[in-house]
Amino acid sequence: MSKKTQGAKMSPAKNASKDLANQRGAVQSQTPFGQKFKSWRQHHRISAVSSLLRLLGMPLQTIMTSLVVAIALALPTTLFIAINNVQSLGDSWDASPKISVYLHTRAREAAIEGFQKELSDRADVKSVEYISPKEALASFQTMAGFGNALDLLEQNPLPPTLVVTPSAQAATPAGLAALGQSMSKSALVESVDMDMDWVRRLREIMVLGKKIVTILASLLGLGVLLALGNSIRLAIESRRDEIVIVKLVGGTNGFVRRPFLYTGAWYGFFGGALAVLLVELGHQSLAESVASLAAAYQSSFALAGLSLFDNLSLLAVSTFLGLFSAWLAVGKHLNEIEPT
Amino acid sequence: MIEFHDVCKRYATGQEALNKVSFSVEEREIVFLTGHSGAGKSTLMKLIMLMEKPTSGEVMIAGRNLGRLGSSHVPYHRRQVGAVFQNHQLLFDRSVFENVALPLQICGIHHRDVARRVRAALDKVGLLSKENALPISLSGGEQQRVGIARAVVNKPPVLLADEPTGNLDPELSAEIMELFRQFSEVGVTVMIASHDIELIKRMNRRVLTLEGGQLTHDGAMW
Ligand SMILES: Nc1ncnc2c1ncn2[C@@H]1O[C@H](COP(=O)(O)OP(=O)(O)OP(=O)(O)O)[C@@H](O)[C@H]1O
Ligand SMILES: [Mg+2]
Repeated sequence: MSKKTQGAKMSPAKNASKDLANQRGAVQSQTPFGQKFKSWRQHHRISAVSSLLRLLGMPLQTIMTSLVVAIALALPTTLFIAINNVQSLGDSWDASPKISVYLHTRAREAAIEGFQKELSDRADVKSVEYISPKEALASFQTMAGFGNALDLLEQNPLPPTLVVTPSAQAATPAGLAALGQSMSKSALVESVDMDMDWVRRLREIMVLGKKIVTILASLLGLGVLLALGNSIRLAIESRRDEIVIVKLVGGTNGFVRRPFLYTGAWYGFFGGALAVLLVELGHQSLAESVASLAAAYQSSFALAGLSLFDNLSLLAVSTFLGLFSAWLAVGKHLNEIEPT
Repeated sequence: MIEFHDVCKRYATGQEALNKVSFSVEEREIVFLTGHSGAGKSTLMKLIMLMEKPTSGEVMIAGRNLGRLGSSHVPYHRRQVGAVFQNHQLLFDRSVFENVALPLQICGIHHRDVARRVRAALDKVGLLSKENALPISLSGGEQQRVGIARAVVNKPPVLLADEPTGNLDPELSAEIMELFRQFSEVGVTVMIASHDIELIKRMNRRVLTLEGGQLTHDGAMW
């Protein structure tokens, strides 16, 4: 190799000729597979870093696009969290179902006592608690606002009540229904309140809610696909000359595609990270008031947020979504750019 | 190495650019392509680069029929053909070094070797001192030489040069021609499109002359 470094004139002909002769062997010879793999990895690294630098070089556009992704992801995620919380609230009720058995107001104490004993001997009943009309009235009166209203009544209108806690084996929808039915056959019983209907209804509503959120999430995902696809299209358009030249000197489609795929993946990654942040902010701002509300009702219920695994999954899904939309956009637009 | 069999090229506009052109160029031969402006010289080279497809006829490079080449093989074909374009086709947001390095990076050459080979190519066209400059800051002749360095850096078996000396003074033109001659000596097939009759005469090589898309002369000139 000539060591001459400056001036417009070229190295002596003989040296150059020898250089070329030396170099020629190298091109035509097969590059070993290990070397090829190394250079493939090298290009991945270069593509990843250079597309990241490009995005950081235009912060406004990057933030806007990432924010679109973040909002589209944070919205359905938040709704899912809300549904899961409501559901776990319902499930905690479900776990200790109680059946209120309202008896006739004129039922005699002895008969009630007998019925209570009869019930607590059943295999599918764990315990039976008796609340007399007097006790019921007393507990009503301690509740704010009711005291005066109840004073107006001449007679205690509340029925004697048995609160039945079924045994663990009977705590299934079918078991509860059977228990309720057999209890309502007794002449003492006015009505049986299963307390379960609303839990079941709630659960059905939640299933419906999940379906709606899934549809919403799909629509928003499609929106992300289109928004990112457009960003990638602009990126491709702004580098049209470069693509033409790379193709002219023998760049494969994969080589041309790679930086744009990384651009999409980075957009997805940033969007996912922002979404994690948004969801966490929303959770933080609600958790406190939910906690004090739960405390007021003597409940240990706490607003669940996203676990570390959930957050990582959200990030992965978002990155994949970015990659996928770039893949679609690149497939559509890169083929249109051919050197002429 | 390069074979044309009854090649016709009609552009979508209806313009007939090549008409029944047939010739064959052997390995390590140097041929000049002349003809008036619009005669079809660039079109002929674009067919070899697969930037255009012939309307009829066959183009064979190294025994391979380009008409039968699948699109996934096109990049690999282009790596075998170094080309100096009439309009340079440089990346204006990259340095001279990066422009010349591009074909090597595409082939996946390790970056250590890339630097060595890029400097060797730049040295040959006398631009080693400009490796960090942006093409926009170079003169027309210097840009042309960057294009030449990029075409030869990968040491392709076929070299096409469309008006490679159009912007160069006679002395520099002669040096570029000498460079091409050295290439042919190590086995490269070289095709040069040029209007420069003086230069062609001096080189005293085979000349193909196109007139209105037809090959009217094939052989030594005068
Ligand atoms: N992309 C195109 N679409 C339509 N017509 C074209 C196209 N490219 C070239 N032509 C026409 O084909 C003919 C041959 O053009 P070509 O560029 O091959 O000429 P040339 O010999 O290279 O000329 P010059 O010496 O000016 O570079 C011209 O008449 C030109 O107008
Ligand atoms: Mg031309």
